[in-house]
Amino acid sequence: MITDNLNNKKIAITGSTGFLGTALVERLLHLNETCELFLLVRPGQRISSKDRITKEILKNDCFSILKEIHKENFEQAVTSRIHALSGDVSTDGLGLSEDDQQQLADCDIIIHSAAAVSFDAPLDQAVEINLLGPTRVLTALKNAKDKFNNDKQVHFVAVSTAYVSGGLRGLVKESMPNTDPNLLEVDIKGEIDFARNLRKDLELQSRSQHKIAEFEKEAKHQLGAAGKPIIAKKSEGLRQDWIKHSMVQSGIKRAQMLGWPDAYAFTKCLGERLLTSNITSERFTIVRPSIIESSLKYPYPGWIRGFRMAEPIIISYAKGLLKEFPGVPEGTIDVIPVDIVVDNIVAVCSSIDSDNTLPKVIHCASGHRNPLKYGMLVQLVQEYFTENPLYDSKGQPIVVPKWSFPGRGRVQGQLHKTVKVLTKAEKLLGGIPVRGHKAQFISELEEKKSLTERALSYVELYGAYTETEAIFAVENLLLLKSALGQSDPLLLDPTEIDWNYYVQQVHLPSIIKHARVKTAPTKKDSQTRSSKALKQILSDQRQMAVFDLENTLIASNVVDAYAWLATRHLDGFQKAKLVANLVKSAKSLYVQDKKDRSDFLRYFYRNYQDALQGQLRSDSVELLTDFLIKRSFPQGIARVRAHRQLGHKTLLITGALDFIVEPFKHLFDEIVSTTLSVNGSGAFTGELENLPPVGEVRAQIMADYAKANNINLKESVAYADSTSDLSMLEAVGFPVAVNPEPKLYTLANKRGWHIESWSKAPHGPKSILPVYNSKSSNSPFVQTFESVRDAFVNSINYIKESK
Amino acid sequence: MKSRPGFVLEVDKSTPPILVWHGEGFKLQKMPTDSRVLYPKEPIAPLEDPDGAITHALDNPIGDSKPLRDLLFPSMKLTIAFDDVSLPLPAMEAPDNRQRVIEAVLNLAAEKHVEDVVLIAALALHRRMTDAELKHCLGERIYNSFAPHGLLMQHDAEDPTNLTYLGKTDKGEDVEINKRAADSDLIVYVNINLVAMDGGHKSVATGLSSYKSIRHHHNVATMQHSRSFMDQSKSELHSSNWRIGRFLAKEGIKIFQIETTLNTNTFPKQFSFLQKREWEWTLKDRIGFSSVSKALEFAPDNIKTSIFNSIKAPHKLTSVQAGEVEAVHKVTTDHVYHQQLVQVEGQSDILSLGLPYISPYNVNSIMNPILVACLGLGYFFNLYKGKPLVKKGGVVIMSHPTPLAFHPVHHPSYIDFFDQVLSETTDPLEIQANYEQKFAEDPWYRHLYRTSNAYHGVHPFYMWYWCAHALDYVGKVIIVGGNYKAVKRLGFLSASTFNDALEMAHDTVGSHPSITHFHVPPLAIAEVN
Repeated sequence: MITDNLNNKKIAITGSTGFLGTALVERLLHLNETCELFLLVRPGQRISSKDRITKEILKNDCFSILKEIHKENFEQAVTSRIHALSGDVSTDGLGLSEDDQQQLADCDIIIHSAAAVSFDAPLDQAVEINLLGPTRVLTALKNAKDKFNNDKQVHFVAVSTAYVSGGLRGLVKESMPNTDPNLLEVDIKGEIDFARNLRKDLELQSRSQHKIAEFEKEAKHQLGAAGKPIIAKKSEGLRQDWIKHSMVQSGIKRAQMLGWPDAYAFTKCLGERLLTSNITSERFTIVRPSIIESSLKYPYPGWIRGFRMAEPIIISYAKGLLKEFPGVPEGTIDVIPVDIVVDNIVAVCSSIDSDNTLPKVIHCASGHRNPLKYGMLVQLVQEYFTENPLYDSKGQPIVVPKWSFPGRGRVQGQLHKTVKVLTKAEKLLGGIPVRGHKAQFISELEEKKSLTERALSYVELYGAYTETEAIFAVENLLLLKSALGQSDPLLLDPTEIDWNYYVQQVHLPSIIKHARVKTAPTKKDSQTRSSKALKQILSDQRQMAVFDLENTLIASNVVDAYAWLATRHLDGFQKAKLVANLVKSAKSLYVQDKKDRSDFLRYFYRNYQDALQGQLRSDSVELLTDFLIKRSFPQGIARVRAHRQLGHKTLLITGALDFIVEPFKHLFDEIVSTTLSVNGSGAFTGELENLPPVGEVRAQIMADYAKANNINLKESVAYADSTSDLSMLEAVGFPVAVNPEPKLYTLANKRGWHIESWSKAPHGPKSILPVYNSKSSNSPFVQTFESVRDAFVNSINYIKESK
Repeated sequence: MKSRPGFVLEVDKSTPPILVWHGEGFKLQKMPTDSRVLYPKEPIAPLEDPDGAITHALDNPIGDSKPLRDLLFPSMKLTIAFDDVSLPLPAMEAPDNRQRVIEAVLNLAAEKHVEDVVLIAALALHRRMTDAELKHCLGERIYNSFAPHGLLMQHDAEDPTNLTYLGKTDKGEDVEINKRAADSDLIVYVNINLVAMDGGHKSVATGLSSYKSIRHHHNVATMQHSRSFMDQSKSELHSSNWRIGRFLAKEGIKIFQIETTLNTNTFPKQFSFLQKREWEWTLKDRIGFSSVSKALEFAPDNIKTSIFNSIKAPHKLTSVQAGEVEAVHKVTTDHVYHQQLVQVEGQSDILSLGLPYISPYNVNSIMNPILVACLGLGYFFNLYKGKPLVKKGGVVIMSHPTPLAFHPVHHPSYIDFFDQVLSETTDPLEIQANYEQKFAEDPWYRHLYRTSNAYHGVHPFYMWYWCAHALDYVGKVIIVGGNYKAVKRLGFLSASTFNDALEMAHDTVGSHPSITHFHVPPLAIAEVN
């Protein structure tokens, strides 16, 4: 067998934690019992290279067959043949230790398969890894050999991509880098410098005043008054996202300008060129696979690692999200199963080129010998999902759309328009003060927008690959195949693929399994999820439940409470005047509250100046009935009690004043509220005695309370309604969004937080205005009058706010 | 005014559709031929001079008692206790009986220079009354002279500092009552006997008592052996209260009982069609019915509730008697029976009830599903003397929308009872054994009972026990037009129309059942031979 040539060989591999690399490691260990593997793996921040190998390579189900064969001897048979080289291909010299250098110098074969494979990698990252990576490895090897005087002959195998051919059409030969006259000459050093400087420039730009203002504005738009630390974190995140996005876009633009579809193909091509110009005496082979997908046979049919290029598109399609995708139906979509690529590399490594006649470049692609037409692929996928549909959250099968293969420009145009419309709608509706289920609609809009944006990015990134008109010749691959003996089990030839079988029986079932999508009409997804979440929330494992008050447990706010107390001792006319004044200032109060809750409370509580403490405290008993209980959400109260019965500590944190929430002391173990200071004559000064427990202060209060009571916050639950309580929700392991406003609704949805929709008792008493009603009038006339008045006030507020 | 007696109508082809209450609304229901409709007696004539009658009663006590003026002396502690908002139904037009009587009592006390006078609303485990309710029941004058000085109190059955434990009856019943009442030289109890169950020893023994004491008669066994509690001689509930009452007397607690009865003139003029016999409806009644029904059909729920809650009944005083509890109560009961007893010949397979919007426990509130069950099976089913209107194993069909709604202030423990208890079992004995204590002692319910306007945590249990006799006795309960979820949770069957309900009853009572419909208002007690 040809692989016998690998007996006792030392093989160094880069990129072994990737899709191709993992398969390669498994295959080499599987086919030859004596070769030793040296895996160059970058150590993580808290994990050594060796542990990464165990965790990220050997634990992968790629090794399931080997584990079955060797059973308890797996360790002995396999892992003892694997050695870790701790290093990083994006660093000059790879950062290898003395020992590792010595091991590298002693290797017979180097397989360089490390790459930044994502098509939307930032340009500088692609340059460091794809362009400079191969040469760095080569240089490190040479230096090590010199250092340790090791003159062993070495075979350098570089994995590249068939798409280095850029926009070439027709049959593309397996030609050496820099030899195709149709591809542009590029100043490699210039490109490297440009990419590195670009990041510096963007870092600088992102710190400009107007950019900073932009990030802050966007962070506030997304999170509302969530408190300074959270907004700061979000703004910084947005800044970094912006740099990354700009780097990606620059990469794509630059590559396309020079004739490559994207930065990946572009940097890969330059990487090949740089490598070959640095090769001196070493034997080398470049393997250029096309689009690598799940395996045909080895280690088992359908094995795949991670989600690659086609998978997200296919899943989006199956979910009915991609209504159209560009492409030329009669064009070839060049897909190659991973095991064919792996076996070609193994064959290359095993081949002996004593007279230097073997090919230096090998295409590993299907289009030449066994083309899969794009139209056929789409049809196979459509057939498959018509037979085996995915199901939506209501348990209904999803009907897949029929693509009409429009041009890329048209699809992009349509998607761009959709994003624009959705963005406008979201901005417009985002300002409406709605909560709970009503907010769901706005949140769905946002979700729709992000789905469309994703669809757009697929079209932009991958459209080129479905429209490519190049056919990759595989003459060299056939040459290699002819060297194999009858008994060789290697899978080299793409003609072995039966596309019907491969797409429908192997590939699609495999990615469906990986995507964890709904393939059966089970019960309502969200329902089971929510009852599961509820079970966890009310498990006896939990230790504490923290509640926000306003709109979480009661439908009220600090202004209501003030109005109620203030009007309690007023006659009709004065009452009306006070209410009118409050209504008048409603808009400015609302805006201030949205900006900074703490400042708002400080400002608003000045209203209590000169009020007699004793008087207000004695009113608070009646406040319980008329204000707290009447406006309470019975499910919320029941939840607090349920937590308490389970032995969880219950904590109420509210910006409301202490004497207002005092009647709730029997409901909670502890109440943290705001206290007003009192002057010598027993009247409130209107100033706060403590920091109001709002925003980020809440997280601190919770942390302190947890520490004092020996409670683990990760085992605790928090309930709140708004993004201004984000710090409180983020502090615990089980956050619950209650009647969330749109921003929190969206966030909760994204993060998989449990959402509760609690309401006041149906048919319950309606206190129309938050004023004390001494007669508690039952007259239907008065109530009707009040509801009309209320509707009027609400509509005015609404109009003001939406402006 | 000559009132015609109640009677049982045999339905034939010419009988017009019958008015059936359906919560906050009513409908006209064509009854099957050969079914019976029980019509109550028309309201009897009220006393012409109520205040004169009251003065007369105070001066001429019944039983072993001196006239009230002779029981009063300057240095005494006088406590006047009165029935709470659960009586009468609906609330009566001012002046309330309690106002008339207490004003008379206070005049006497003033005459006698009694200085230490306290008024106590005898809440038992009911919710505290609101200021507006107290004002309505006592009148502004009394309210304004007592309330601001803290002399108008509401009995707090959970205030350990304000209860006096007096011992046990010979049957082992704990006796614990309001401390102020126990310490008084005289308790004057002023009540309204709307139905035969009210009053007597029950006034103090329950009204001013604590959970510790009440639990001895408010339990499943007692309720199952009260057949019915409208008939004191056959009511275990009353036997227990009477034992406690006699024990109080033995302990030297002096009670001067003043009982009043009302006629059954229940609804004001605009609703007069409600208490008329359908074939006697005038054009005005027909227009009244159509317009009110239509208006209710379109009104939102909370408006409907407030319309009905604003109704004040024009019922009037028909008798007042004072003196020793048992002697007084005997006369009172006779007056109630005089107004309410209707002779009925034999039982039937099906009892049909139209349930109104109000029960003793949802005054100015919401009729929640548990109260619907209690009103139908606890109250209406028990409005009998002798035998129930329905045969053993028969079917009760009740008409009520049974909304899945609870008053958050008044009925907090009901919400949890419905969610946590009825979801597990509807068996009264099991409920009593497994859940009662937890609810009765829950600190949050206690807090709300004491400081807000909530019924005691144990109260929904009593409502369910109230149904125990009926649940034990009847074969099937069907609610017409109720919220499906709520009805199911109660353990009953849900039908969308009366005819559907009859169909559903067939497998229990056969295909040709005898049917009796209980026509309300006004109220009646069926004396079934």
